[in-house]
Amino acid sequence: MSYTAGVDVGSTQTKAVIINENREIIGRSLIYTGANVTQAAQNAFDLAVKEAKIGEDEVQYVIGTGYGRYKVTFGNKQITEISCHGKGASQMFPKTRTVIDMGGQDSKAIRVSEKGEIVDFCMNDKCAAGTGRFLGAASVALNIPLDDIGPTSLLAEKPVRISTTCTVFAESEILSWLGKGKKVEDILLGVHQSIAARSIGLLRRVGIEEEITFTGGVARNIGMIKALEDSLKTKINVSEDSHFMGALGAALFALEHIFTSRQPKEEK
Amino acid sequence: MTENIVGRGNRDGGNLFREWFEELGNVAKNDGQNAYVFVMGSLNEILKTFDLPVVFPEINSLQTAVRKVSGELLTEAEDYGYSPDICGYVKADVAVQLRNGEHPMGKIPKPTLAVLTNACNTYIKWAEIWERMYHVPIFTLDVPGTRAVCEQTWQGNTDFENDKRYVAAQIKELITLCEKVTGKKFDIDKFRQILSYANDMSRSWKRILELNKSCPALFNALTDGTIYLGVANGFRGTKEGSDYFKNLVEEMEFKAKNGIGTLSEEEFRLIFVGVPCYPIFRRFNEFFTEWKGVFVHSTYLWFAAGGTNLGFEYDLKNPVDSLAEGLLISVRDAMDSMFHQEQALLSMVDPYKIDGVVYHPIKSCRTVSTGLADGRRYFMDKKNVSTLFIESDMMDKRVVSEAQMKNRIDAFFEGIISRKQMAKQV
Repeated sequence: MSYTAGVDVGSTQTKAVIINENREIIGRSLIYTGANVTQAAQNAFDLAVKEAKIGEDEVQYVIGTGYGRYKVTFGNKQITEISCHGKGASQMFPKTRTVIDMGGQDSKAIRVSEKGEIVDFCMNDKCAAGTGRFLGAASVALNIPLDDIGPTSLLAEKPVRISTTCTVFAESEILSWLGKGKKVEDILLGVHQSIAARSIGLLRRVGIEEEITFTGGVARNIGMIKALEDSLKTKINVSEDSHFMGALGAALFALEHIFTSRQPKEEK
Repeated sequence: MTENIVGRGNRDGGNLFREWFEELGNVAKNDGQNAYVFVMGSLNEILKTFDLPVVFPEINSLQTAVRKVSGELLTEAEDYGYSPDICGYVKADVAVQLRNGEHPMGKIPKPTLAVLTNACNTYIKWAEIWERMYHVPIFTLDVPGTRAVCEQTWQGNTDFENDKRYVAAQIKELITLCEKVTGKKFDIDKFRQILSYANDMSRSWKRILELNKSCPALFNALTDGTIYLGVANGFRGTKEGSDYFKNLVEEMEFKAKNGIGTLSEEEFRLIFVGVPCYPIFRRFNEFFTEWKGVFVHSTYLWFAAGGTNLGFEYDLKNPVDSLAEGLLISVRDAMDSMFHQEQALLSMVDPYKIDGVVYHPIKSCRTVSTGLADGRRYFMDKKNVSTLFIESDMMDKRVVSEAQMKNRIDAFFEGIISRKQMAKQV
């Protein structure tokens, strides 16, 4: 049995995934990236190998992805997270045509073909509005743990309108709504709706085509899923492993490499 | 033979460029006459007839970015009161003027006259700055553009002939103005000779662009192309310019015949749409060449050459009217390359064997950038060719994010490779 790995070094968190020849995830890990990016990649890989209960030397090919992909020094190759998220989403949900990926500091919309190839993509530019960082700012301003802000937003009755598109200014806008006596859950739903609107703007630039798959760390936030579904007026695919989709895509590319290299060379 | 001819265009282009700026330095030193002009319709043909050296502030400004000093110049102009949203070329020029013409390539003289067309809306406001600073005459040539997509009119059409008369009348006004400014009479024979050199250059330029259909590509439209454009503008209508472009044709034909490409290994052939990212000019190109990608053509090679890519040749028997006709066609084409480039891009895909198109809108020029997103969507609907949309700037490094740019470019190539692999499997 051959095994491959994908290591996704993101701006906030590093994820690693080990898969087998049947494309099944047998090990995964998630740690904070921190300042030592190379070490984070190694630690995430070691933890995933440990969970997979295999030896490190049994992993035949490793692909690094994410902003820190070139810091995966033990990797065999680097592929952008744009290609990897498209790949992972197409594997998890084969009818995927549009991917929305929300990470710590960037969001991306990716359109994929029936064959899983990247047709077009679009990312946020020079601004972290519409990303996980926006939710982080709300979490700090409202003093609510990040994991709780999604479920709390679902309790809202009258969402406020967050008019600013800037993460930094949003914090002061949240405080001003608090000052006006608005409920925390109403403010939080407003925050989620604001991010959803921003992300859908990205999706429109590549063209929205169903099925839509939501990937990245923010896909763990149930409030964000609801806000996107309400705005898009359709169900979206979310996997338990959405957070690992980039790493999974990288591992799948690694597996393809192994399969290709096994094929007999064409005679010239 | 190979050593002498391959790379000659870049070497000679660099030398001509230095000579040109040396001449401008002498003009500045002697407080001599000169004309400020722009790349889209420079009217070099008239100005050179009056022995007026030409200054291209657009080229001066881009040089400050390539030479890594545009940042301080932009800040200086902004401190003076210009908004960060204004064209970076304008602001760098304002700062150079405020520094009394001090420029990394030498000293830039103050204008005696400024000549512009309506091809870019900023030209008009830019020239007004010099008018206020130096109280010099400004001449604006109003060239009628394309009324609608694919609706260009040509010789014999009533609208075209009316437009031509309109442009010719303005050229005559410019001749009168030049006579007044220089104190010289218009010499029609000298004018004919200048037109003849310009004909050589247009003919050669068209041929050079066609020759890059060769595989591997003979020159990089982004890097080598920018050198050629410098000569095409600064030396238009001169013997030096004519010789340079004849030699360049010879170089390209030699390279084509011997299969000598600009890259040692070429895998992806690309078109570039927009203005280059001059603050990281070399690095920007490397992002593509590292993937063995080469720009075989660009819209920049049309509009920054003033539309001479069409190869229009003047009728020397009827010089003024023919100049009007040439300007009408070439300046219109330069504008079309910014506003209606889709059809031309589509028609280039097969003959140039294009794998991808890179759209590069820039913050400080909305004229060339507005509409690129829609143009790209239209192109993608018509052709199954990968495209990339990356935003940065031609002058302002503050809005150039190399890491983000590289990420998108890498993903673009991964997409092209994936498409090619899928196509093979099918």
